[in-house]
Amino acid sequence: MTVFDSATATDRFGAFGGRYVPETLIPALDELEAAFDAAMRSPAYRAELDDLLRTYVGRPTPLSAAPRLSALVGAPVWLKREDLNHTGAHKVNNTVGQVLLARRMGKRRIIAETGAGQHGVATATVCARFGLPCVVYMGAADMERQALNVWRMRLLGAEVVPVHAGTRTLKDATSEAIRDWVTNVESSHYIIGSVVGPAPYPRVVRELQAVIGREARAQLLERAGRLPHTVVACVGGGSNAMGVFAGFVDDADVELVGVEAAGEGIDTPRHAASLARGTPGVLHGALSYLLQDPRGQVIDAHSISAGLDYPGVGPEHAYLRDSGRARYVPVTDAAALRGFTLLSRLEGIIPALETSHAIAWVADQAGTWPSDAPVLICVSGRGDKDVSQVSALGALPDVGPLPPYPESGE
Amino acid sequence: MTVAVANAADAVAIRSAPGAIAERFARLRADGRAALVCYATAGHPDPDRSVALLRGLEAAGADVIELGVPFSEPLADGPVIQHSSSVALGHGVDLAGALAILERAALRVPVVLFTYLNPLLAAGPDVLARAAASGVSGVLVTDLPVGADPQREAWIGDGPLDFVRLVAPTTPVARMGLIARHGRGFVYLISRLGVTGEQNELAASLPDTIARLRSVTALPICVGFGISRPEQAAAVARLADGVVVGSAIVRAADTSVDDALALTRALRAAIDAAARPAA
Repeated sequence: MTVFDSATATDRFGAFGGRYVPETLIPALDELEAAFDAAMRSPAYRAELDDLLRTYVGRPTPLSAAPRLSALVGAPVWLKREDLNHTGAHKVNNTVGQVLLARRMGKRRIIAETGAGQHGVATATVCARFGLPCVVYMGAADMERQALNVWRMRLLGAEVVPVHAGTRTLKDATSEAIRDWVTNVESSHYIIGSVVGPAPYPRVVRELQAVIGREARAQLLERAGRLPHTVVACVGGGSNAMGVFAGFVDDADVELVGVEAAGEGIDTPRHAASLARGTPGVLHGALSYLLQDPRGQVIDAHSISAGLDYPGVGPEHAYLRDSGRARYVPVTDAAALRGFTLLSRLEGIIPALETSHAIAWVADQAGTWPSDAPVLICVSGRGDKDVSQVSALGALPDVGPLPPYPESGE
Repeated sequence: MTVAVANAADAVAIRSAPGAIAERFARLRADGRAALVCYATAGHPDPDRSVALLRGLEAAGADVIELGVPFSEPLADGPVIQHSSSVALGHGVDLAGALAILERAALRVPVVLFTYLNPLLAAGPDVLARAAASGVSGVLVTDLPVGADPQREAWIGDGPLDFVRLVAPTTPVARMGLIARHGRGFVYLISRLGVTGEQNELAASLPDTIARLRSVTALPICVGFGISRPEQAAAVARLADGVVVGSAIVRAADTSVDDALALTRALRAAIDAAARPAA
């Protein structure tokens, strides 16, 4: 037998997903699953969530036209502005929904992990809003890269715990958050930050992020009068990508593209492209594509972006890849810096380094789309958190001559 | 017990085998003794001392040895075992290395591999047979709970090794029964919420949890996670069929193998002195 035939357990995405966790957590996952399914059916939960998203988070986020980027690409590019959410990224959509779930389950202590700090900030923010104690695990290396977000979390009242094990990045922070959860499972809810982890988390987080895709689909139909030709989003764990894909996955003609971090190149050891270069394996409770050596030891991931620096990926992405519904492309650190600069110069929007990967890929495809084919990019977050890191690198990349703003009545 | 193995040259070295766990517990039960189950991380503190430690644990009175397979992401483990795993990986020891160390140690007591799923998957379908040929009797997979993956659970459960399953303090009694039905060798009862590591106090709920588990299974019950001192081991030995000690032995071995063996002898003496309820 081969080990990787499709499994028969429920709550999987094809062969991927599952619940590969210590026995201690099984009842908590059962409880979360029941609470989530009940919440999704509960008008009261949905009304409270919708109200918070509207009046606290700032939804719906706008869909921005990108006239100069469109001129560069040769097709109309539209930006779904998750950077305009409260706390500056899509992450808050998920933390708002999960804190309401935690309250429904009577869990009054919140645990989270964070890489770039955006999920940690979003969790600390919502915990402050509801007066809940919040512990955020963060790799010591990421704490150096993202000192501003560490300070922000502490300002919001969260306890930020440095993790010194392993690579001192998101993977190790996630392991440490799971250890805390195993120890305090009766009082604590673990708000996982992406579409990763044991079932039902990948489905919970996708459903809470699907608001991105629902809004974007309606907004584009209204503004462009048609569906996008291509939807593009960056993928680390993959929550902003699953969120925006969810709006279009049933539209068979819409191309879905996930952009992975290729770091210094996928033919070097320093990248985070688990779908391009990984193999199926188990990490943090789910079976998915994973950067690992032939003996099943997890390989260190690398990306210029702390938010993409993770050796695994959400199991639903693994399924979309293998089924052919979505395709995944790698973009290097150097190209991402070009995307960072391009969107800043062309549209006056400083994107997160994560998003910059998606921008760079779209810019590199200039001329390949029909001139009337809308391209939708999910701007997952704003780049304020990355400005000091990028400025420390020295000169920005030369992006060459840029198109002027297209005058009307051409 | 001694069994014939495919490679005659190895037959002298390999004495433990499938079924050895049940046999060992039957003998302990007849003697009115509780088992001492000792955990060691393969390759820690280094490959040579790992062999010496395993042989020493057997000589010091271990009834079963849990051999930890070093893994890069040991999320069920506390800092002591995490550290030992990372030290062992630094010496190049992972699953294949663990089996090589076990062959060198040539133990007579039953050995249970304590592992995460991913190294087993990566090693491929025949890894269980290879482990059995290296002297492994059972396997315990920390991140493969009952019902998580029927296909891979069948792969392990139908293989040559006893599939030791875990019960947690959070496990409802109905699920305890399900777990026990899917397990072989013994049931590993996690004594408290949390990861591996030493604790000052045993959970107050432990006697009740053992009683509930006892009501749904005839398998021997071994209790682990958090037990480090002889008096704790004696207290557990009065309630359960076996006592698992891990982090305390690993931490002692970090200093010296002799320290770890002195602790093991003290644990053995305390367990044997503990009064046991009539079988």
